[in-house]
Amino acid sequence: MKKFKILEHTADIGIAAYGKTKREVFINTAKGMFEIIAGGNKDHKENFYDKVKLEADNLEGLLFAWLNELLYIGETRLVILNKFQIKELSNFQIEAEVEGMKINHPSVKIEKEIKAVTYHRLEIKKDEESGLWSAQVIFDI
Amino acid sequence: MKQSWEGPLNKIDDYRWEIPKTYNSGMRVPGLIYASSNLLEKICQDQAAEQVANVAFLPGIVGRSLAMPDIHWGYGFPIGGVAATSLDSGVISPGGIGFDINCGIRLLRTNLTIKEVKPKIKPLVDELFRDVPSGVGSKGKINISYNEIRKVLTRGSKWAIERGFGWGEDILFTEEEGCMKDANPDLVSKRALERGKSQLGTLGSGNHFLEIQVIDKVYDPEVARELGLGEGQITVMIHCGSRGLGHQVCTDYLVTMQKAVSRYGIQLPDRQLACAPLSSPEGKNYYAAMACAANYAWVNRQCIMHWTREVFAKVFRSTPEELGLKLIYDVAHNIAKIEEHSLEGKKIKLCVHRKGATRAFPPHHPDVPEKYKKIGQPVLIPGDMGRYSYCLIGTEKAMEETFGSTCHGAGRVMSRTSAKKQARGRDIQQELREKGIIVKAESRGTLAEEMPEVYKDVSEVVEVMHQTGISRKVARMRPLGVIKG
Repeated sequence: MKKFKILEHTADIGIAAYGKTKREVFINTAKGMFEIIAGGNKDHKENFYDKVKLEADNLEGLLFAWLNELLYIGETRLVILNKFQIKELSNFQIEAEVEGMKINHPSVKIEKEIKAVTYHRLEIKKDEESGLWSAQVIFDI
Repeated sequence: MKQSWEGPLNKIDDYRWEIPKTYNSGMRVPGLIYASSNLLEKICQDQAAEQVANVAFLPGIVGRSLAMPDIHWGYGFPIGGVAATSLDSGVISPGGIGFDINCGIRLLRTNLTIKEVKPKIKPLVDELFRDVPSGVGSKGKINISYNEIRKVLTRGSKWAIERGFGWGEDILFTEEEGCMKDANPDLVSKRALERGKSQLGTLGSGNHFLEIQVIDKVYDPEVARELGLGEGQITVMIHCGSRGLGHQVCTDYLVTMQKAVSRYGIQLPDRQLACAPLSSPEGKNYYAAMACAANYAWVNRQCIMHWTREVFAKVFRSTPEELGLKLIYDVAHNIAKIEEHSLEGKKIKLCVHRKGATRAFPPHHPDVPEKYKKIGQPVLIPGDMGRYSYCLIGTEKAMEETFGSTCHGAGRVMSRTSAKKQARGRDIQQELREKGIIVKAESRGTLAEEMPEVYKDVSEVVEVMHQTGISRKVARMRPLGVIKG
């Protein structure tokens, strides 16, 4: 199964992500986001580690919070994240450990700055028939 | 994802197209798109017009949901949208301002001519590229504390002048004199401060730029003379915004607004339009935080202009004063402002959201600088890096029709992915060099995504504003050297 695909939007860019579980779709959305940010520059040895714990009013709000948190870490700590381990996940709370590479390494470069995650067409749902999860998110770049 | 829009459009005249209120029962006012038939065809290729209709759902919206000819599909609001809401019954929507709060343009004049600059264009571009931090994740060269950044947010351009980044008179030629007085840094999150602290004085990436230009056509010699502009003269244009600080303020308040929407029982067709009554604590707090981000953006452009002056002085072995490096004006094109307008013959205070739209006030308006009282407010419209940019002037017509607003740029027509595909195998930098434009960019990807053909022709956009009398053409500038992030 494809993990994610990049979506076209005239001024912005988005991703559609897939997963067998809710956990997987959260991870694949994050992977898609860092694919846009770092392109092919994300397969180096990890030298950064952080913990994330977030709450929201609903699942979509939680996805919004999750991606924003990762963007914030990336921008302020100057890292590209590429490993996501979700410890706890409900519709209102997420606890995860994330790993990545510091950008100060000469071969690790950011390709594109994502300004923010938008609520525009934001979606996360389970297909009742197949039991598969999918998510959609549009970024402001 | 892209599909064309097939909703109703009533032709009012060659440049005005109305989306009737009857199109959707949730619309409180009609929509109005300013466009030529050629531009309209492009506009209807995606869902931008639907977004004009969606904005008409906002509680307390007055007049019409407006779209300028550079409108394109955004999130929530279209980019190129203007919406005015009543202070008593209306709302404020962070999506109607955008993530890059007070993204804007400033134009600097010089005494230099193309003859003097052409032989030095390469060193100028190289030095500017070195002295003005740009590109993704760029960090600034101004090191400030948390305490100091709070002063940036409250004092705006004054902070920059006090720290030696520019001249006192620069403030007079900045919209709002570079400081929105309602700013309250207590309403800006620690995260936003943290992101803003390290990025002050950086251009950023994407469509932001610093451009050395030559005035190649003057349409209104009298106004141009008043502004200190003439044919063959060199100008510098700076386009950037509030960086991570503004993005974080918008993100933070989108969460607040999602909650406000249910608390106040507001019905919206798109969650990105999330809003709160202007009279509510959520609405007031957002306005005060947005004002902080706006002030930060003015400081950002002020610092970048200061380093630009230094580079010119160095390359020409002169001083900025000798070279006549005066600020013509600085405009915001992603912002909401409380302004006085006439509505059905009555003077009324409104909250005007301009998302990808520029304020364009007429002569004698109290907010137009004293020096420009007779001519009106300069309006600065950037184009793509291969064609033109424009200086226009505000008119009374804009006050009558568009809450004193006009277009803000060319507007994208091609997604970044398609742009990259089309640029494959091409050397964009070389193509521009052949046209006499030296471009230096932090990333090759940016060059492909920002190549001229991904934008509408800005001349066509500006022509609509000129023909409708919303703002008048003064001068056209052609790029000579471009710094991109």
